Amino acid sequence: MDNVLNTFKNIGIFSALYETLLMIIISTLISFIVGLLICLVSILTAKDSLKPNKLVYHLTSFIINLGRSIPFIILLVVLIPFTRFIVGTSIGVRGMIVPLTLGSIPFVARVCEDAFLEVDKGLIGAIKAMGAKNTTILYEVYIKESLPSLIRGIGLTMIMLVGYSAMSGAVGGGGLGGLAITYGYYKFDSTSMVMIVIMIVLMVQVIQKTFDLVSKKIDKR
Amino acid sequence: MIRAINLTKTYPQTSNALHALKNVNLEIKKGLIYGIIGASGAGKSTLLRLLGGLEEPTTGEVLFNNKNINLLSRQEKRLMHQRKGIVFQKYYLLNQKNVFENIAFPMRISQYDNVTINQKVTDLLDLVGLKDKALEYPSKLSGGQQQRVAIARALATYPDALLLDEITSALDPFTTKAVLDLIKGIYHKQELTIILITHDIEVIKYLCDYVYVLHDGEVIENGPIKAIINQPNHPITKRLLGGINHG
Repeated sequence: MDNVLNTFKNIGIFSALYETLLMIIISTLISFIVGLLICLVSILTAKDSLKPNKLVYHLTSFIINLGRSIPFIILLVVLIPFTRFIVGTSIGVRGMIVPLTLGSIPFVARVCEDAFLEVDKGLIGAIKAMGAKNTTILYEVYIKESLPSLIRGIGLTMIMLVGYSAMSGAVGGGGLGGLAITYGYYKFDSTSMVMIVIMIVLMVQVIQKTFDLVSKKIDKR
Repeated sequence: MIRAINLTKTYPQTSNALHALKNVNLEIKKGLIYGIIGASGAGKSTLLRLLGGLEEPTTGEVLFNNKNINLLSRQEKRLMHQRKGIVFQKYYLLNQKNVFENIAFPMRISQYDNVTINQKVTDLLDLVGLKDKALEYPSKLSGGQQQRVAIARALATYPDALLLDEITSALDPFTTKAVLDLIKGIYHKQELTIILITHDIEVIKYLCDYVYVLHDGEVIENGPIKAIINQPNHPITKRLLGGINHG
């Protein structure tokens, strides 16, 4: 056990873990807010919805589908000039937050859309029949009734970002991905690689279990 | 109180348009229980949705207290909705809110104060016999209990009229009787105007003062319940009374 911990410390796995967590938490927070808003606009403007608007609906659908069409590693490279413009660098934690956030927004919007589609359209009609405003319906019905699914969606987003952040390690992203490239690709150090993989697997399991538990706890269905 | 004048509702489709309602005229007077009966697909739910202001007619008017509800401003329409309580077949309770909060919900939308909400919801829980279920969530309730919560919710904002859309169709006979007795009790206590949509003639017979018979989007017969039952004129009405058309 001491040997394992020493190896962890020597290869800098804890600071890499910290960098990865920082990247995925910040990216998840921003992408969830933006993705949720895009999704709410899409839901609001869909046909037969609260405020149908063909143009806005197709625009939001296009944004969601466009974002999901581009493989992340390519998006990462394409965004380098934009990332440098926003945060001043394209490497390290700061340099990765921009592409990680932009890359996950369409995924979040899609996850939110799936959650909102679970809400019975009849329920919307029933709440409208009480004289509720559209903002009340969006918040009290769509968001609150879908909350367990949205919580699971946050967990899914974070796990997806673990994968994306690992990819970003190949282009100077840092974190566990960068560590894996350094020790696995450049130094051929399989022992360290195994430990990094174990750390990533543990992290994903903890994220999944945590969000599953929270979702189950708040789900009153 | 509520009047439908030459109401038509057509749903455009890829091949032929669906004429759900064709020139429907009806009048709902204050303080009576009206039944609207017809087989499945007769246009009953569409009619209720138009009377409740949930959809706009293709042509024609719906007047609520002599005002055309489709010409009201958004604010006026919201206030009008608060004057009518609607109960649907599928209850449509909010799963993430407990019974108390479900019943309180329309009052919160209408911005009643907490003291009034607490008092009114407590009274309604008593009225529908669910005082001990206040903190339960809908998933823990039976169908009949969920329907009672939906009825209590529809009564929360002191409505003038109650619109009930096939509220007993999903319930067993014993629960149906219990719910109908509850409606009867509420009617006598609160002197509401009630419009009940159903395909079940027994429900109409048990509860209603006046009935409209709907078939293929048209009112084919209407009158006081006793007159319709004793002397139905239209063959469709006779068939419905014979109980052949069920759902």
